Amino acid sequence: MSYRAAKQGWVRVCSLADIVPDTGVCALVHGEQVAVFRIGQRDLYAIDNFDPIASAAVLSRGLIGSLGERIVVASPIHKQHFDLRTGECIEVPEHSVRAWSVRLGDEDQVLIR
Amino acid sequence: MKLVVIGNGMVGHKLLEELMATRHADLEITVLCEEPRPAYDRVHLSEFFAGKSAEDLSLATPGFFEQPGLQLRLDVRATRIDRVLKQITCADGEIISYDKLVLATGSTPFVPAIPGNDRPACLVYRTIEDLQAMTRWGRESRIGVVVGGGLLGLECAKALHDLGLETHVVEFAPRLMTVQVDDGGGRMLRRKIEELGVVVHTQKNTLEIVDGEAARHRMKFADGDHLEADLIVFSAGIRPRDELARQSELGVGERGGIRIDNYCRTRDWDVYAIGECALWRGKIFGLVAPGYEMARIVAAHLGALLERKQTSRLSEFSGADMSTKLKLMGVDVASIGDAHGDTPGSRVYQFSDERRQVYKKLVVSGDGKQLLGGVLVGDAAEYGTLLQMMLNGIELPEAPEFLILPSSDGKPKPGLGVDALPASAQICSCNNVSKSQLCEAVGAGATSIVALKTATRAGTSCGGCVPLVTQIMKSEMKRQGLAVNNHLCEHFAYTRQELYHLVRVGRIRHFGELLARHGSGLGCDICKPVAASIFASCWNEFVLQAEHASLQDSNDYFLANIQKDGSYSVVPRMPAGEVTPEGLIAVGQIARKYGLYTKITGGQRVDMFGARLEQLPSIWEELIAAGFESGHAYGKSVRTVKSCVGSTWCRYGVQDSVGAAVDLDDRYKGLRSPHKLKFAVSGCTRECAEAQSKDVGVIATEKGWNLYVCGNGGMKPRHAELLAVDLDTPTLIRYIDRFLMFYIRTADRLQRTSVWRDNLEGGMDYLKDVIVHDTLGIAAELEAEMQQVVDSYECEWKKAVGDPHTRRRFHHFINSDAADGNVAFVPERKQIRPATIEEKRTRLGRIPMTVEME
Ligand code: SRM
Ligand SMILES: Cc1cc2nc3c(=O)[nH]c(=O)nc-3n(C[C@H](O)[C@H](O)[C@H](O)COP(=O)(O)OP(=O)(O)OC[C@H]3O[C@@H](n4cnc5c(N)ncnc54)[C@H](O)[C@@H]3O)c2cc1C
Ligand code: SF4
Ligand code: FES
Repeated sequence: MSYRAAKQGWVRVCSLADIVPDTGVCALVHGEQVAVFRIGQRDLYAIDNFDPIASAAVLSRGLIGSLGERIVVASPIHKQHFDLRTGECIEVPEHSVRAWSVRLGDEDQVLIR
Repeated sequence: MKLVVIGNGMVGHKLLEELMATRHADLEITVLCEEPRPAYDRVHLSEFFAGKSAEDLSLATPGFFEQPGLQLRLDVRATRIDRVLKQITCADGEIISYDKLVLATGSTPFVPAIPGNDRPACLVYRTIEDLQAMTRWGRESRIGVVVGGGLLGLECAKALHDLGLETHVVEFAPRLMTVQVDDGGGRMLRRKIEELGVVVHTQKNTLEIVDGEAARHRMKFADGDHLEADLIVFSAGIRPRDELARQSELGVGERGGIRIDNYCRTRDWDVYAIGECALWRGKIFGLVAPGYEMARIVAAHLGALLERKQTSRLSEFSGADMSTKLKLMGVDVASIGDAHGDTPGSRVYQFSDERRQVYKKLVVSGDGKQLLGGVLVGDAAEYGTLLQMMLNGIELPEAPEFLILPSSDGKPKPGLGVDALPASAQICSCNNVSKSQLCEAVGAGATSIVALKTATRAGTSCGGCVPLVTQIMKSEMKRQGLAVNNHLCEHFAYTRQELYHLVRVGRIRHFGELLARHGSGLGCDICKPVAASIFASCWNEFVLQAEHASLQDSNDYFLANIQKDGSYSVVPRMPAGEVTPEGLIAVGQIARKYGLYTKITGGQRVDMFGARLEQLPSIWEELIAAGFESGHAYGKSVRTVKSCVGSTWCRYGVQDSVGAAVDLDDRYKGLRSPHKLKFAVSGCTRECAEAQSKDVGVIATEKGWNLYVCGNGGMKPRHAELLAVDLDTPTLIRYIDRFLMFYIRTADRLQRTSVWRDNLEGGMDYLKDVIVHDTLGIAAELEAEMQQVVDSYECEWKKAVGDPHTRRRFHHFINSDAADGNVAFVPERKQIRPATIEEKRTRLGRIPMTVEME
């Protein structure tokens, strides 16, 4: 997680019900694009929305799945996989992205920082 | 060494390939080729009628004749050999000298000396030009006759039948295929062929051909009968082209053929003869495999001479097995070894089933231990097994009759496991590939039939060995512990085909259930779209309803094609490329309103690019109001049905191709499949809609429609193949229903129909059996499954814009109405295009940065 983002506080982006299970959405957090994913009912993950390989802000629109123990999203442009816990790009590690902190607040609000 | 090769047919070309493979620096080859094009695959000549072009049939790989040391002279016939001066004279007077000469002049069809045999529309069947002439005359003919009921005659009859002619076969002998099959087999073959509508006349001796009354010709027979026809093709055997050998006194047989020894040398050791022009121990070999063997022997011999090596240890020609398996007019016919039981003391087993129209015969040695030959008509499934048993002298089981008897208890036959074959067993005789070579290639990674063909060339000529090659591949993979792993991904230990059946049989409707019952983990970007596609093909529920939404690839999730910058393109359906002025205006107005880049696609419709995610629903609302539906440009689904103008406007059109294309588009729109599907309909044989490059191609004929399948443009173009001819519209639809559903059932993920077809065991014949003859008995089921999909069609975009839940997803940010700052356009040629990264940097002054991780 980035130092700069960590200094700023939690931002409420939507409620859990706004995210279809096993899909992602994109949230604007402190002027930056964050891809937030919901796995099953209550598991949440967040990484940068910007795909550094395609140079397009699209990761929230990728398909979610598992590769071994890892939980990943496949970029919709060229299908590289990004680890949802760490932001690591599995095929091209030098193009890894940031992971953000995400949690459920009161009334199932999704919070990110 | 100056080598001249006369003839660039199949065998002559094989020789060149063999020689070029072991580049000899001081070998200079001149090839004289009488035909206007380099060697092509004569064995598959008839596929010319199924849409293969001369190029498809070519045997010369691109660039082959550009290699140094090799010179090809097309359209040049050799007319004289001077063996003393070692010179060849060509028809145009040119003189070429040689050190060594190879005659590979092949043979010509035998045309009996019947008065009138040179009348117009009296043809033969040997070259591409012959076939072009047949097509030309075929257009002006109603009745066609083939003179000769042998193997080639029947193949030719099929071609005439496919051209839509009333077809007759006239044979001198009392039965068909005298050389290969016996009386019983001949009778069964005749019955089957007559059932297909070909009239067979045996014991007919044609005396002369004169003007006809109702048709162009009248053939008069010795028994007083006559037969009228517009087109006559002679196929009464072949005659070796030995005229050069006669002229230069090289020694020919009584009934023709250039005499050769075991190294394929003529009596002049500087002159060789190979292929169908050569006579070895009184025998001419009219098949390609022995010819190829001769070519290999001569190449080795010449190679040894060049390297001044001993030639005495080289392999010698030792005759060839003339067993054959063919599909004649959809009837399996095979002849193995001593088919007539001529071996003294041999015993015969026969089985015949008049209802199923199957005839089988085995010829075994007197002691019952060895298989000597056999005949199979109507079902030749055992051909590969029996052939290998005979060739390898494998001892017969106790009761050999069970090898051909149908098993009453469903138990498998005492077949020959491929494991029983010795490593040296020759599996592909055309290309001389042994079992051990196949196993080696499998070990080196050729684990699909396509890869194995490329690696070893087995199965690439007559194709007869493919089932056996496949068996060997599978057994070898198992032996090497290469689990034949075609699992979809780590979450499902099944192939796509197996998953499809699990879904259908288990009536599974959702991914959660599929994963729980048959999979593991969360799924991934491989299995989720596959499951989504299978659910759509089977149950056709709305792809964006809650249970399915998360399975969709991004394109399907937003019902639009994502572009490189994260914007989208919009393609409304325009069946057959037909669009009203109002429709065009509406599209134009919408594109202008949203500032979209517009382009006419290669699929005869209009594509609008540069739509932002949040604009998609309102763009579609307006398109739907103007009467448009989703074009499914984003899905692995039916894309376009292209068409030409057809009989409505075009002066050549014979059917309404636009109407047919609109109907097809309407029937199959939205159908999801393992990969995208493209159709086209042409109004006549000029084929302006390029139907022969489509998954499903329909071409109008005077009598209805010809149906072509499994064509492909794209990365690896492949011509479509003719599946059925002269269909009326309801039959056309039924066959397409069956074809598509059979593909959907059995194809792999992302496998276009062309690749699926290339991997289909049994090939086109099998496909015809399933689709046209319904040999699997599933036609009705396939049609019903398709009808269910057709009946449940709904425009996805109409559903999406009408559903507030779905609409909510079309926002870039969940917590802001702002647009994605990364999507930016600049003008070009009066429209927009995505800004490059540099342009974005200078214009926006802001590019996303990668921040170091802590
Ligand atoms: C728009 C269009 C090009 C054009 O401006 O003409 C086009 C554009 C694309 N084609 Fe195509 N193809 C288009 C006609 C074709 C044709 C010509 C035709 O259909 O007559 C072909 C060759 C014919 C064929 O498919 O057999 C064609 C062969 C391909 C292939 C190679 C397929 C193959 O089997 O080799 C791909 C890649 C794939 O599907 O895996 C592809 C993939 C694509 C994709 C979807 C690539 C992608 O994933 O982004 C492009 C996106 C289009 C978009 O965003 O809307 N496109 N593409 C054409 C749309 C036709 C339409 O109205 O729907
Ligand atoms: C329709 C059809 C189907 C067949 N099906 C099968 C099958 O299923 N299985 C099978 O094994 N075999 C089959 N055959 C037979 C097979 O095609 C031949 O065995 C093979 O082509 C023989 O090759 P070749 O090189 O000896 O002769 P060809 O292929 O005939 O080549 C000889 C070439 O030499 C040229 N030539 C002749 N004289 C001269 C000259 N003086 N100067 C220059 N050039 C000259 C000819 O124009 C010709 O191009 C089939 C044949 C036909 C016609
Ligand atoms: S040819 Fe390639 S670049 Fe052009 S549209 Fe088709 S897929 Fe895109
Ligand atoms: S036997 Fe003819 S291709 Fe293999």
